[in-house]
Amino acid sequence: MRDNASLSANQTRAGAAPLVSVRSLSRVFDVSRPWLNRVIERLPRRYLTAVSDVSFDIPARTTYALVGESGSGKSTIGKILVGLLSPSEGSVEINGIDLARETDPGKIDRVRSDIQMIFQDPYASLNPRWTVRAIIAEPVAARGGDASGLAERLLEQVGLSAEDAEKYPHEFSGGQRQRICIARALASEPRFIVCDEPTSALDVSVQAQVLNLMSDLKEEFGLTYLFISHDLTVVRHMADRVGVLYLGRLVEEAAPDDLNEIPRHPYSRMLLEAAPRLDAFGREIDPPKGEIPDPISPPAGCAFHPRCPIAVDRCRQERPLLRPLGRARVACHRAGEDGTPTA
Amino acid sequence: MSDRPNRPAVLSVRDLTVEIPTRRAVLKPVDRVSFDIAEGEILGVVGESGAGKSMTGNAVIGLLDRPARISDGEVRLRGERIDDLPYEKLRRVRGRRIGMIFQDPLTSLNPLLPIGEQIAETVRTHMGVSNTEAWNRAVAALEEVGIPAARERAGSYPHEFSGGMRQRVVIALALCAEPDLVVADEPTTALDVSVQAQIIALLKRLCRERGTAVMLVTHDMGVIAEAADRVAVMYAGRMAELGPVRDVVTRPRHPYTDGLMGATPLAGGGQRRLRQIPGAMPRLTALPTGCAFHPRCPNAQGACRQDPPPTLAADHGRAACWFPVEHDLPRAREA
Repeated sequence: MRDNASLSANQTRAGAAPLVSVRSLSRVFDVSRPWLNRVIERLPRRYLTAVSDVSFDIPARTTYALVGESGSGKSTIGKILVGLLSPSEGSVEINGIDLARETDPGKIDRVRSDIQMIFQDPYASLNPRWTVRAIIAEPVAARGGDASGLAERLLEQVGLSAEDAEKYPHEFSGGQRQRICIARALASEPRFIVCDEPTSALDVSVQAQVLNLMSDLKEEFGLTYLFISHDLTVVRHMADRVGVLYLGRLVEEAAPDDLNEIPRHPYSRMLLEAAPRLDAFGREIDPPKGEIPDPISPPAGCAFHPRCPIAVDRCRQERPLLRPLGRARVACHRAGEDGTPTA
Repeated sequence: MSDRPNRPAVLSVRDLTVEIPTRRAVLKPVDRVSFDIAEGEILGVVGESGAGKSMTGNAVIGLLDRPARISDGEVRLRGERIDDLPYEKLRRVRGRRIGMIFQDPLTSLNPLLPIGEQIAETVRTHMGVSNTEAWNRAVAALEEVGIPAARERAGSYPHEFSGGMRQRVVIALALCAEPDLVVADEPTTALDVSVQAQIIALLKRLCRERGTAVMLVTHDMGVIAEAADRVAVMYAGRMAELGPVRDVVTRPRHPYTDGLMGATPLAGGGQRRLRQIPGAMPRLTALPTGCAFHPRCPNAQGACRQDPPPTLAADHGRAACWFPVEHDLPRAREA
């Protein structure tokens, strides 16, 4: 596994050491009933594997996007990367330091201030009782830093005005709140920001404003993003590299244009075809079959095989490993075969 | 495919205006909106939050929450006025002739009743058939929307289904009394992409087969392009643009529609930067004078600041705008 992983690291960006490197990451949640129910009803313990053996690298100053449907584990990976959850197995190194294993508090502190997160719901992620100034200054103030004038400067940087620092979150619209969240994320001068569906709660015209702002800030501050989304068109617009997740596993990783033009994995192809498109008038396609299976007892072999149009016996028995194919990495037995649509 | 002028209108809405009286002023979340929906046609109503699209849908089905009320205009279902019916009569029309699908299937279903029972109850109430017949029709309806093993599953409760399956149940429920019109308010917003595609395909197929008129309210232009025959774009309570979906998407006439298209990341990629519309939708308490879009509009001129553009009629005109976007050159997006 480790060989496979280091191979991919060299492949993505030869030479430059990645800022973030994720190796064989797994996370298991215990979803058993309480012990008394288990004893009385004779139920076994149940485990949900949310993330399973995921490896990827994010080179500095690039955007890596994770796409997938609900239950694919994309948010869990984001939370592990910022340290809100711990990995069950595997490791996450940011700037060469593994937060879960590092013992030197000085190093931990330095890496922590390099990482920030932007959440999906700008209504739930701002404290309604704090002024915008207090909200934005918090990441610096909490570390004992000097935050005078910081909020005003950042507010102007994200397209709001300095006077807004006196106001409270309820005085702002959804898009403006998301700008405040971005300003807060920038306060500690991070290098790496995890954005978990940052525009899903916003209207299209406001989404465009926020996406453009994020691109500008990336250039200006040399930021690195992990961009988590379910929307392939947004991902294609923002990302330098895209990882497609299905039931906690990385099934394909490719550059966004390659993914759109030649999706190698049948699941990526299905996602692309199912996404509503502006040029799709009167398009009559067969919608994808089936639904995401129960993650507590995923199908044997390749987890996608019950919905896959090109599945063969091997797919039902043997789990495909993520392997390099062209400029992409793909976990499918049949990818690259002659005569398959993903060849 | 797109315009069907020869088919009779199932729903016709004329100058529909909704008012909310408040202490300071009377707000108009829907302002003189007119449109028709023909048999078997899907009209997409699109707009951002606060545009008045859901309010329009609720006014059509008579489900406005007080103090909002219809102050002007009329709603006709197959030529018959339904906006001024007394409550009990309206209730009967709603159950029998108008089906409803909402965003969250879990809140549209009774958690304490098996799904088959809920559908059978509707069939019994509105179709006047026996219990066994109602149950059989419920099972048939579930089969039709693609619930596997429908006869067994009809005895299951809503919580035993996944989100996509629940929305199928809601569609079965909306269509079981064979209504003339279905009002679907953001029916796929809570669902994953692959399930969304299934639900859209299902809705399209059933309505085409039965000739049901559909009013599809959504914020997602992609869903509209995929499902609708015609599209109505709403902005700040007024109809900004109305036309066949292909024309509106490829050659938007209203600057707001044009802006929306530029702001949407395209599946084909290739945009370096998204075109953004500055500002945000105005609040109803502070509507700009003249055209409500003028503070955000790149083409705004003197007239736009003073006089609101004429309202769109249901049968002619494309954009409610003094200076609609001209399309002399074929746009890149059409290719």
